[in-house]
Order: sequence, then structure tokens, then C-alpha cells
Amino acid sequence: MAEALPRIPEESRERSRLSSLAYRYRHWVGFLFIGPWLLSLLLFDIMPFFANLYLSFTDYSVGLVTPNWVGLDNYIEIFTEDRVFAKSVYNTVYYMLFSVPLRLVLAFAFALLLNARLRGMQMFRTIFYLPSVVPVVATSIIFIGLLNTRYGVINQFLVLVGLDPVRWLSRPEWIKPSLVIMSLWGFGGQMVIFLAGLQSIPGELYEAVSIDGGNSWHRLRHITVPLMTPTIFFNLIIGIIGSFQVFTQVFVLITATGGPLQAGLVYMINVYNNAFAYFRKGYAAALSVILFVIILVFTVIMVRSSDRWVFYGDDER
Amino acid sequence: MIENPRVRHTRNSLTYLALLAGALVMLFPLIWTISTSLKTPDKVTLRYIELIPDPWAFENYLEIFNDQPLLRYTRNTLILVAAAVFGALVPCSLAAWGFARIPFPGRRVLFGLLLATMMLPYVVQLIPLFIFFDRIGWVNTFWPLILPRVLGHNAFYIFLMRQFFRGIPVDLFDAARIDGASEFGVWWRIAMPMSLPVLAAVSIFAFQFAWDDFLWPLIYLGGNKENWTLAMGLNALKGFEGDENTMNVMMTFSTLMLVPMLLVFYFGQKYLVRGVSVSGLKG
Repeated sequence: MAEALPRIPEESRERSRLSSLAYRYRHWVGFLFIGPWLLSLLLFDIMPFFANLYLSFTDYSVGLVTPNWVGLDNYIEIFTEDRVFAKSVYNTVYYMLFSVPLRLVLAFAFALLLNARLRGMQMFRTIFYLPSVVPVVATSIIFIGLLNTRYGVINQFLVLVGLDPVRWLSRPEWIKPSLVIMSLWGFGGQMVIFLAGLQSIPGELYEAVSIDGGNSWHRLRHITVPLMTPTIFFNLIIGIIGSFQVFTQVFVLITATGGPLQAGLVYMINVYNNAFAYFRKGYAAALSVILFVIILVFTVIMVRSSDRWVFYGDDER
Repeated sequence: MIENPRVRHTRNSLTYLALLAGALVMLFPLIWTISTSLKTPDKVTLRYIELIPDPWAFENYLEIFNDQPLLRYTRNTLILVAAAVFGALVPCSLAAWGFARIPFPGRRVLFGLLLATMMLPYVVQLIPLFIFFDRIGWVNTFWPLILPRVLGHNAFYIFLMRQFFRGIPVDLFDAARIDGASEFGVWWRIAMPMSLPVLAAVSIFAFQFAWDDFLWPLIYLGGNKENWTLAMGLNALKGFEGDENTMNVMMTFSTLMLVPMLLVFYFGQKYLVRGVSVSGLKG
């Protein structure tokens, strides 16, 4: 390369262009760039968070101009009198415990399959991702049709193979499974993330296993899974936080009543009802705070536990 | 790598088999949807599977426009989409640039705050914001849905774009700064044109989110049917006397609502992959 001609260092050229004051504070223009977002942070994150906390200690409801402070009354009522609360927690946890792991496993399994260097993988990837592109409301409407007891295709298949039709949306015991099944249709989103992670694993690692005489099971167990633990962790957290707050699918599929015997009344439906149907916004705010704490606890547990099973970088554990 | 070609062949065949089976299951609801949308109402409730409509009811797609105010719903939805895409492209990318290449005091703390808000459950914002907007008379208007977007209130997009910006060699920007470009000029003339993949990616995400959005439009626009979005209109279709009469309408509506999303994703696919992976999402 040709020798670079000596020139004035960049810094002092800029220095001489700006006044000394402007130079010292030149980086403050950054605040202009983040200004709108900063404002939104205050308006839409910080203010609501504390306002919600405050509201939860009031009896804010329809007809009241100013809310009255009632201390822990809302919380006491939630934990001692509210049967719907207990049910909604059970429903939501049930949903999460089935939907999250099943979706994860499906996504991972198909990502593994799609990682093969075969023709047509692109097309398959698109097909599996497609349901995630379908608007959530449309998905729920579609499943109302699919799960219909009399003419729904799922039951028609069951009958075809000799099983009895299932009353998916009219029996309490089948409501939650219906929700879980519907959620599984969207595993493509997580699958694509897994696929990206899989494709970043260097091929040499796999070769090393083969040279040492291992087969594909060894490759999976000792290379693939350990290296994918950060991605698994990511999808797990996103999945859990999302499933705790599930709303639209449930609302559209079985309405705000929560279905037969409120079997599908998940937490957010209860919050929605209290806030917008019963107009008990103070009470609903308390419910929100409790949900926030539950999610926080789960997240902390997950992050803490991740030290033990998530593999980062080259540190050997 | 020494592998018995027969073993590999078997494994490949099994892989294709599994993929094919999975693909059929995943596609089937969509096939059923389109098929039902083209059926006459009486054929919807058959007790056996009939995927090829007989007779074909193409008129469903015309009649639905008389039946439902689809154009109105679409117009309303597009308002939200425009706000969302603008928000992703301008205020979010400005913030991303600030976080990426302007070492302002407190940047690290604020970026940490940004990341924290990505994990903040939406449930704690829902009620206080509604009360606030109610107090200032913005319920039953589009403003509560537009304002957050216009201010760039989306940590995910900001994060994605910031990562992308940081991936561009710093010398390009320094050179421009030396030559007297303002920071804004650097962002507009250099950073943005070089970031088309990630800009396309966040635009697509923003489009999808706005097209899809249900809860916020429900609580802010629910009161006046004139303001309803496609999602709200579709939801309102159910629950009439006997779903049988409206099932094919519901499917026609769903298909129509689906198509723009499919188009957007189809044309944006390659940008999505590039924009997201270069941002190091998988890392």
C-alpha cells in the first residue's frame, strides 16, 4: 500500500471548525436523537408503571372522579374472595406449561430437520413460517371453524380414523387443549430463530465428533444442544412472558366470558373484564401488579438458573 | 466425513417425509380457509371433508364488500400501519443512531433502560394509559395508537437498528463528520442509505404488528364502529345466530385480511433475513 501522506489528525480539524464550547458538548446532540424515544419512555413506560402501582391501592371505578386510597383492600380481595382470580391463574399457568415447551420442542425439531443441506429447505421453511404471518385474529377465527364440533375438520379427521368427535369449544375440559393446539400452529417464529442459530454452528465441530467416532446422536447431544442453549433460553423467556399475557387469541376464540365454566378465562381476560367491563380499574390495576410480579419472579428464576445450563462463549463449566 | 451413503440416503428420505407431513399439517388450515371461503353457505356444514368447493362461490369475495364495510376497516387499519411504519423508520432509527454512534453522557444507562423496557409486560401500561387518554378525550380517536409510534416507542426496533448501525465501519461516519456534516446529515445521508436491509426488516415487523393489533384498538376504537380496524371487524363477525351462516364469510374475510400480510412477507423475505441476522440477533 502506498504510504499515506501526512495530514492533520481528524480530531483537530473538527476542533478548529467548532467553537470550543460546541466541541466539548458536541455529543449532546445525541439527546436530540433519542429525544422522542426518551419522551415516550417517560410517557408510556415510567409514568404508567408508577401510576399503575398507585391505582392498585385505590378504588378507582366508574362514577368516581377522584380515586380513594384503600390501601391493600384490592389485594386482600383478590387473594381471599376472588374465585375468578384463582381460576385465571390456574388457566394461564396450564396454558403456559403446555404451550411453551411444546412449541419450543416443535420449533427445535423442525429447525434441526431444516438445517439439512437438502433441496427445497427454503420452501419448507417458508411453509412452516407462514402461519406466524397470519394475523392473530384471523388464526382464532379459522380455528373456531376447524374446532367446530359438527363440521370442523379436526373432528372430521377423528371420525375418519375411527375416533369420537371432540366437543372442543363447548366442553370445559377441552377448552385449554384447544388454546394450546392453536398456539402450536405458530411455532414457525421460534423455528426460524433456532434455524439461524443452528446455521451459525461451525461445521468443524461436527466433523470433530465424527472423527472421534461419534454418530449424529452424539453430534446432537454434545455439540448442537449445548451451543443452542442461549437461543433456547431466549425463546423460552419470550415464550413464557408472552404466554402469561396471552389475550387476543383467547378473546377471539372463546370471548371474554372465558368459555364453559370459565375454563379458558386466562389472566389477561380477567384484567380486561375488571377494567373495561366492570369498570373496576383500581382492582384491575392490582391484578396487573400481581401479574407483573409473577412474571418478574419467573424471569429472575430463569436468569439465575441459566448460569447452570446456558453455555456462553468458550468457558468450560 | 465418512458416512455410509445408504444411511445418509435413508436419513434424507425420513427427513423429507417428516417435513412433508409437517408441511401438510401446517398448511391444511389455510387450505381449508380458502376452500371454505369459496363455498356456498349450505356446503360449509357438511359432515365430511370436501376441500374442492362444489359449486364454486367466487361471488363471496364480491358480496362481502356489500356485507361488511371492508374498505372502511382497511382505511382505519392503514392509518395505524402508516403510523407504525413511520415510527420504525424515523424516530426509532434516530434513537438507534444516537445509541449506536453518538457517545452522549448517560448513554449506557439509557440503553440499559431501553433493553429493560423490552421485557416490561404490557399489562402494567394498559390501564393507566387508558385513564390518561380518557381524561384528555382521546378515547375513540386514533391518537392513542399513533402517538407512541410517532415518538419511536419500540425498543425492539431501536435495538435491531442500533446493532446494525454498529456493524457499519466507523470510518465512513468519521470521514463525513470531518468534512463538516452534521450528525443529522450523517444519519440521513450515510447511515440510512446503508441500512436498507434492517430498515426493510423493521418496516415489515411494524406493518405486521399494526395490521395484527387487537387489544389497543379494541379499547380505544371499540366505541365507534366507524373507527374499527380489520381485526376488530373480523372479530365481530362471530357469534351470530349459528356460525354456519357466517362461516364462509368469516373465511372470506380472513383470507382477504391475510393476503396483504403474505405479500409483504413474500417481497420482504430476503431483507428480513439480512436485516435481522446482520444485527446479530442470533448472537
